[in-house]
Amino acid sequence: MADASGAASAVVAAEVSKTFRVPQEQVHTLKERVLHPLRSSAHHEFRALRDVSLTVPKGEFFGIVGRNGSGKSTLLKCLAGIYGTDRGAIWVDGRVSTFIELGVGFNPDLAARDNIALNAAMLGLSRREAHRRFDSIIDFAELRDFTELKLKNYSSGMMVRLAFAVMIQVDADILLIDEVLAVGDAAFQQKCFDEFEAIKAAGRTVLLVTHDMGAVKRFCERAMLLEHGVVVATGDPETVGNRYLDLNFSSEARAEAAANEHAASAPAQAMDAVLGDGRAVIEDAWLENGKGERATMLRNGERASFAMRVRLTADLREPRFTVQLHSGTRVPLFTASSGWGAAEPVGTLRVGDEVVWRADFDNVLGPDRYSVTPSVTLANGTVVAMRDRMFSVVVTRTQEHGGALVDIPFQARLERNPAPEEAAR
Amino acid sequence: MSSARVPEAAKGMGRPISGPTALGSDPRRFVLLVWTMATTDFKLRFFGSVLGYLWQIMRPLLLFGIIYTVFTVVLDVSSDEPDFGVALLLGIVLFQFFTDATAGSVRSIVLREGLVRKVDFPRAAVPMACVLQALFNLGLNLIPVLVFLFASGGTPHWTWLELPLILGVLIVFVTGLALLLSSLFVRYRDVEPIWDVAMQALFYGTPILYSLSLVIDKAGLSVARILLISPLASAIQQGRHALVSPQYGSVGSIFSTQAGVVIPLVVTAVVFILGAFVFTRAAPRIAEEL
Repeated sequence: MADASGAASAVVAAEVSKTFRVPQEQVHTLKERVLHPLRSSAHHEFRALRDVSLTVPKGEFFGIVGRNGSGKSTLLKCLAGIYGTDRGAIWVDGRVSTFIELGVGFNPDLAARDNIALNAAMLGLSRREAHRRFDSIIDFAELRDFTELKLKNYSSGMMVRLAFAVMIQVDADILLIDEVLAVGDAAFQQKCFDEFEAIKAAGRTVLLVTHDMGAVKRFCERAMLLEHGVVVATGDPETVGNRYLDLNFSSEARAEAAANEHAASAPAQAMDAVLGDGRAVIEDAWLENGKGERATMLRNGERASFAMRVRLTADLREPRFTVQLHSGTRVPLFTASSGWGAAEPVGTLRVGDEVVWRADFDNVLGPDRYSVTPSVTLANGTVVAMRDRMFSVVVTRTQEHGGALVDIPFQARLERNPAPEEAAR
Repeated sequence: MSSARVPEAAKGMGRPISGPTALGSDPRRFVLLVWTMATTDFKLRFFGSVLGYLWQIMRPLLLFGIIYTVFTVVLDVSSDEPDFGVALLLGIVLFQFFTDATAGSVRSIVLREGLVRKVDFPRAAVPMACVLQALFNLGLNLIPVLVFLFASGGTPHWTWLELPLILGVLIVFVTGLALLLSSLFVRYRDVEPIWDVAMQALFYGTPILYSLSLVIDKAGLSVARILLISPLASAIQQGRHALVSPQYGSVGSIFSTQAGVVIPLVVTAVVFILGAFVFTRAAPRIAEEL
């Protein structure tokens, strides 16, 4: 128990598997069930967790990360005892408290006092414990004057304070927390962070499910990465966090590619509208990342380049190659063209020529999705070839990002003016 | 559920946790939870409106007033049995308990979906809280019954002691139904309309509006016996016998042997065991099937 060596485990899961049955032909009514007693057998299985094992020693802050649908929330619910497991076993040493949602089970028609009592009964506290806890919750939430007020009359700020106090004022040895940080404003998140520091300092065991790598790196001593219900990595948060980013990029990129294929095969869609008088054909166009690989995902702040391969069906004098990136709102954010700037002159191209035009740039675009429109025009403005919104690219965040449309590199410094009394002298 | 081997790290941690169950591992926790859920819901109902208590007893009293007027003044089916008014009210109040508990529990788990999916607590607490809340209502509704009883000249009698026993059996019966219906509704959403119809049928198929002696006169003793297979009908009949007047035949006397009481008791036990079995089996998966 608690007085054992530091290596004593708080939570152990051994080869836990969880499968959800998804009926193909759902029998929703008793009537159907009686009329077709054999029908319900048709269902396919969704394996949410496959042989997941983990060991969390007492006092550790452990992160469980993964993308949506990776099974991390299912794992938490299994650890919390909300879902039964199909195979494997889970051991837990100490009182567990689970937070899947802030203010779960609150009834707006009841006063704070009754809601706290109900919550305590749910957690399995005795009357005396519940009474003690009531005071600490009310003090923490600073709602002493409002204990008999119905929750529906609470302001949203009071509500969040109460919900958070109910969550945090638990005399539990093990806390299972699922994305509580996803709700609330920045001030609330900061309060969560402060409280996490306190919990950590108190030596309690915490399992935090999140996809906020910042929180994982900041609090967790170890972390685990889940993907499709399988443990991909367990280890220090830095390594796991990087694996997560890699996984995220590559699989998102794959999804992007699939989406583009879909768009290309559906000509009715506005994407990739082929325009121009046909004297040149844009055979292909793509973006490359800093390593020179084709990418549908670019990292913000890295060097990137655009390229298009064009075949000419007529002689063209001084054609102008242009690429334009639009944000989702069709606002052009970036245009590169052979017609201006530091671009090299193109000269005359002959019929049958196949050329690749490149434009290298520093990717200062903020994290967002951009559509890419390559075009070939003449000096007088005639459009020879254009593929409107041919494909899209996702720029991901890799650094501190101020939330603006573009992240222009900058240097900043602080200059101190002389103190006022010195200046006065 | 098989735990093939205990990993090194889990040595000395006791037994692995089980998933959600119907009753949980701590009976005290279960009782406290049921109590808290029932009392908060009860409060919600009564403190929600100023005339909460009045409305609560108005429902059976109004029904009673209408039926009493129609049956004794307009149709005049009153039998030779004494104090039919009190017997009628007792029947209505007991039936009201039956509908409160069963109809209330049908949706109970689905209504608490947010909790069920996010907190690990003994699942059976939800329908049990419905039964307990219905029992609170019954306690309130029995007050006018007693008032009428004393007003019509009734005096406390030792047979009154049967009442807790009768109620106890009825509670077991109703709890079995509540467990069965609430777990079935999670998967089959037509349980609610089906149960509505069943309750309608039960209302008229139970000697509430009419006395059992009328059934014996008009349809014969065997029909009366069939009616008394229902634990609800038996509870009402035995309640009338014990509380209102011995002239309402006891369940045993209608079966012509005291052992006849066993029949509704067996039905009660079967329903309770069935409900408990179905609920216990459904409990671990309720959270994912919602």
